[in-house]
Amino acid sequence: VFKRFVEIGRVAFVSFGPHAGKLVAIVDVIDQNRALVDGPCSGVRRQAMPFKCMQLTDFVLKFPHSARQKCVRLAWEKENINEKWAATRWAKKIEAREKKAKMTDFDRYKVMKAKKMRNRIIKHEMKKLLKQASKKGKKLQKAQK
Amino acid sequence: MAGEKKAGAEKKTGDKKAAEAKPAEKKGGEKKLREKTRKPKKHHASRNPVLARGIGRYSRSAMYARKAMYKRKYTAPETKIEKKKKERPPATITKPVGGDKNGGSRVVKVRKMPRYYPTEDVPRKLLSHGKKPFSQHKRKLRASITPGTVLILLTGRHRGKRVVFLKQLATGLLLVTGPLAINRVPLRRAHQKFVIATSTKVDINGVRIPKHLTDAYFKKKRLRKPKHQEGEIFDTEKEKYEITEQRKTDQKAVDTQILARIKKVPQLRGYLRSTFCLSNGVYPHKLVF
Repeated sequence: VFKRFVEIGRVAFVSFGPHAGKLVAIVDVIDQNRALVDGPCSGVRRQAMPFKCMQLTDFVLKFPHSARQKCVRLAWEKENINEKWAATRWAKKIEAREKKAKMTDFDRYKVMKAKKMRNRIIKHEMKKLLKQASKKGKKLQKAQK
Repeated sequence: MAGEKKAGAEKKTGDKKAAEAKPAEKKGGEKKLREKTRKPKKHHASRNPVLARGIGRYSRSAMYARKAMYKRKYTAPETKIEKKKKERPPATITKPVGGDKNGGSRVVKVRKMPRYYPTEDVPRKLLSHGKKPFSQHKRKLRASITPGTVLILLTGRHRGKRVVFLKQLATGLLLVTGPLAINRVPLRRAHQKFVIATSTKVDINGVRIPKHLTDAYFKKKRLRKPKHQEGEIFDTEKEKYEITEQRKTDQKAVDTQILARIKKVPQLRGYLRSTFCLSNGVYPHKLVF
């Protein structure tokens, strides 16, 4: 049922708070609600962070509990987490959302035109296929008769 | 002897003249030089030493003598005053009068005494500070509006249209054009407050806007001569607005320059042709313009 677990080395995405939008690695568990967290390659100082603001990702690093920042950084860079993260759909969706929010009026117009053109092309192809299908159906009907 | 004297005298006078001519020239030359290189006269320090603050050593009359004010008496140039005295308009005028045995003319005062004095004098108004007439107000322009910005008009018959901003006029209104060929908005004035400034800018660097496009050019003209009463007033006022030839030429002059620049940016022409509208899920406070 659950696939991602809170463990030492789990890379998490911070969803809200002062470090919203950054990746951190769980270094140690403090108590039921908080973890010691570190993000050397994403600009987050080593600190306690509540679990609530963390969203677990698929990535797990290998380092012993309470390892110092240097070790965390080594593990992070070895696994190339930053590149892997940018390649995930999750990160891409976030980026797309940000871009959409930044769109200017002119950009919105250009997007509208592009969408319109795209939909036309799709519709055109669709209609072609439907026509072919209906022709085939008619042929079969004739043959059956 | 006399002859010699005369000759001698002539010679002398001749020499003198020559001599006079020379020093005259010299003097003239020197004068010119002096005038050019006149040193600024140094002002003397105060001739009234201070005994204590506000108290000088010498009295007024002593200072008068010390400063030699008796030598320095200036009068204002009189000629202007004399002229003004001469140029005063006449106080009375003789006017012809009709009718028999009337004497033909009367002498009438040009500036007459007031025919009414109010029982209470009008009280003096208190001095006010910083109340300027509209023509002297400070005009502000939002930083987001620069020449060449695409604006969205929000009010008026062209609401929703996207339009190119040219310049701010003297009353603070914005001079704006469609261009006419793109969205049927002519050279027009728009109010800064009723306009959304987008971040799209057209490069209007070398565009020359004719100087006669001022507020007076765009001001609405209203006829004001109701000679006829009631029935015909509505006819004399302009019912339909006619486009003058001058407006057409000005529009062409400006638009040709701007259209050339718009064509350089892909899709900008179509953008200016479209109108702005809100739909479901579109919130202006969340939009980035």
